[in-house]
Amino acid sequence: MPKLLAYLAQGVLYALFATVIGYCSTSPRYRHLQPDQALLRLSFSHPGHIKADCRSRSAEELAKLPANMRAPLDCPRERSRVTVRVELDGAELYHESFQPAGLARDGASTGYRRLPIAAGSHRIRVQFNDDVRVSGYTHERMADIDARPGQIVLIDFASEQGGVIIR
Amino acid sequence: MAPAFHAIERGLDRCFGVAANPLRQLGAVAYWLFWAAIASGVYVYAYYETGVAASYASVERLSSSPRALSGLMRSLHRYASDGLVLTVALHVLREFTYGRYKGFRWFTWTTGVPLVALALVSGIVGYWLVWDMLAQFVSIAAAEALGALPGLGDTLVRNFIAPEAVTDRFFSLLAFVHIGVSLLLLLGMWIHVQRVSRARVKPDAALGWGLLATLIALALVWPAASQAEADLTRAPFALALDWLYLFPFPLADVMPPALLWAGACAATLALCALPWLTRTHRAPAAVVHPDECNGCGQCEADCPYGAVIVTPEQPGGPPRAQVIAALCAGCGICVGACPSATPFRSTPMLGSGIELPQLPVNALRTRLEHALGGANGSVVVLVGCERGARVGALADPAVTAMSLPCIGMLPPAFIDYALKRGAAGVMIAGCAAGDCEFRLGGEWLAARVAGGRQPRVRLAHDRRHRLRIVETGPSDAAALMQELTAFRAVLRRPTTSFQPGGARA
Repeated sequence: MPKLLAYLAQGVLYALFATVIGYCSTSPRYRHLQPDQALLRLSFSHPGHIKADCRSRSAEELAKLPANMRAPLDCPRERSRVTVRVELDGAELYHESFQPAGLARDGASTGYRRLPIAAGSHRIRVQFNDDVRVSGYTHERMADIDARPGQIVLIDFASEQGGVIIR
Repeated sequence: MAPAFHAIERGLDRCFGVAANPLRQLGAVAYWLFWAAIASGVYVYAYYETGVAASYASVERLSSSPRALSGLMRSLHRYASDGLVLTVALHVLREFTYGRYKGFRWFTWTTGVPLVALALVSGIVGYWLVWDMLAQFVSIAAAEALGALPGLGDTLVRNFIAPEAVTDRFFSLLAFVHIGVSLLLLLGMWIHVQRVSRARVKPDAALGWGLLATLIALALVWPAASQAEADLTRAPFALALDWLYLFPFPLADVMPPALLWAGACAATLALCALPWLTRTHRAPAAVVHPDECNGCGQCEADCPYGAVIVTPEQPGGPPRAQVIAALCAGCGICVGACPSATPFRSTPMLGSGIELPQLPVNALRTRLEHALGGANGSVVVLVGCERGARVGALADPAVTAMSLPCIGMLPPAFIDYALKRGAAGVMIAGCAAGDCEFRLGGEWLAARVAGGRQPRVRLAHDRRHRLRIVETGPSDAAALMQELTAFRAVLRRPTTSFQPGGARA
């Protein structure tokens, strides 16, 4: 190949290399959320109530235990799962139960979900149940929101702040 | 697919020349781009500030003059890193296509697999450091994906649920991880080439500087820019994604993260296990004959895979070659390097200091003598490589064809020996430059013929025109035939001038 042609071909190939890198480093654009959508983000970490109350051990039960383990009360460690229900404008949007962490299921239940919703005005109702001994829900909050496109509405749970948080 | 790769390589040979062909040195190009990313990264880090607001602001300050040195360095850091990933992908594809992952190459292949993951992790964490909307997307998507792993759960992503959840110290941690993973990558790259002698870790100078100039030009024309500052109360709509690094995250949006992890783990394990899943016949390792070995060390110097060491067998004893069978490719380059592999020796049973058990030099000499018996200067000896054009197909009463595992196995003294025993000429058909299956066979043979490497080809001036070296590929049989015909025509002339050995079939 004549030298000039070879240099020209090299230039074209270098330009192709640059174009591939330049293009792939920004393009094509990835659409993460539609322009008319907002995002409901549910994230919480909350330990449910202990599943069962302590009970007194009978004399027979205590006698069967080694001397150093004869605690009069038997207190189970397992916690309740946390159930979450989200209602948007009167219709159920989301409903799920989260198991406690840990081998003995004695840790906090942690949950995270991304829920895209249409932007605009909505009434949100969030219900939590953190005690399996209670039927229905133990915590609830309702809020009217005006979600702009792209806005993130966060649903959290903090006992010290009164339970369900919507912001 | 291998023929397509060969064709592209041949095309690039014509543009860049064999020495500067980027496809023939993808590993070295990857090293070069890594160093370019490191050098520009050090500059960027000097101006980078760790903190929620400070991170974005400091990167924006760097980019405020995109064509000044600071902006240029930031862009170069991104594009060199992108080039690295692209080059590594091509490197893996090429080696896979040529089947260069089996047998003695298992170590180099297997140690290369984690490097892909390390390069990706380093780049992904690098994108977090900018703390723009892209960083926000990447950090949340990564935390969501990591949450699918056992033991992590949905706790990790809570670090990004609200602006107050992200702290300044987080960016110090990120910088530490970004640098730490890059250093791990460098360590991995060092390990990756440990079983390759004279590993090429520096590309041809013209190519290296050409690539760097290209990336600088790209940085000037298309400066890297941040997106809007991260805001955890807003979600990004459309993102200018770096697909070379961040391609897993859109995938995580369309499939469960657990499935993505399972796929990634399965692909990694499959790549690591590939050398054993596709095991093929392995050539027997070279063997040393201690009585013939003088411990000169030439075999150790020429072995492309560090499979030969020269060391005393006993403390205080004379040095002798030893073959590490696990590393030996069975190419025979060590035989070509051994000064005792000369057929001029008068011993009836010729032995070499180091030999291939399946093709001893005595058998080569016997075969040559048998073919040349009473030749009276009419027979051409054609020596070829098993990986190149098939020389056996060209054998006829006037052409004796000998095929070797690698052309570097040919002991140079055989050339002079054949001519002295009555061969009309010797034609050596090695693989095209850069195509040698065992990396250095063609290079060493050319150096020995040119007199630049021991053992040298010793030819009287009036015999030099009777040696011809051609470069051929597996699909070059017709071209080799033409070369052979032309060579025989030259040999038939009563007198002729010296033909420099370097034709290309």
